[in-house]
Amino acid sequence: MQFLALAAVLFCIGVYGVVARRNAVLVLMSIELILNSVNINLIALGAWRGFSEAIVGQVFALFVITVAAAEVGVGLAIVLLIYRNRASIDLSEVAQMRG
Amino acid sequence: MLAQNVIFYGLAAVMVASALRVVTVRNVVHAALYLVLVFAGVAGIFILLAAEFVAVVQVLVYIGAILVLFLFGTMLTRAPIGGAHDLDNPAGMKAAGALSGAGLLFLLAAILYDGFGKTKVEPNVVTRSGDIGLAIFQDWVIPFEVVSVLLLAALVGAVVLARRD
Repeated sequence: MQFLALAAVLFCIGVYGVVARRNAVLVLMSIELILNSVNINLIALGAWRGFSEAIVGQVFALFVITVAAAEVGVGLAIVLLIYRNRASIDLSEVAQMRG
Repeated sequence: MLAQNVIFYGLAAVMVASALRVVTVRNVVHAALYLVLVFAGVAGIFILLAAEFVAVVQVLVYIGAILVLFLFGTMLTRAPIGGAHDLDNPAGMKAAGALSGAGLLFLLAAILYDGFGKTKVEPNVVTRSGDIGLAIFQDWVIPFEVVSVLLLAALVGAVVLARRD
């Protein structure tokens, strides 16, 4: 329970960061906070339920870590491309991506 | 149990304080360094939950790889190394973010209290790394292969996106 509460607090801080930040790199950092809180939830609930659930939770957390690594790689490549084209990574200037 | 509780609340306090700094500090490099504290705290939480293998992977992948990637991204985009005032959205968006974060926190707290009350989560199982390996390569082998293809695709995609031609 106390682990789930900590994960909830971290998740909400990450949500605030995603909304409030304008720098693309800082938005990616906030997304990492959210993914980490999800990992805490997976492992805490698994450890609470029992042996096979603990294993499943840890395997899922490993998958989340892998996907997060892929996400950061592609995300930073996109940020780099935006910087090269616009000389800025200010997300409010990327308005032409609006549909 | 007491020592575990003391360690947990110490780690939790450090993590929440550093996470708040990550989303408020006016310096990209400082934000990345505070993020290191959060990641290390998460690894400590994993050890408290008796998930040593995931804790080691957390240190290797997050602190070892992703943080370095963030610092490279900071350098390559020539983010202001000193303090900067254009990292945040205007005050209206910040208020909206604080409102959504606080609302979500209230909702999650209500759900957690309703679902768990004062139940203490104590790690009462012992899992060895060998068990995780067996689970990955027996029950979860197809997701494992899909994830490896995803990593390859992300690698190629990042190279294609970032190269100059």
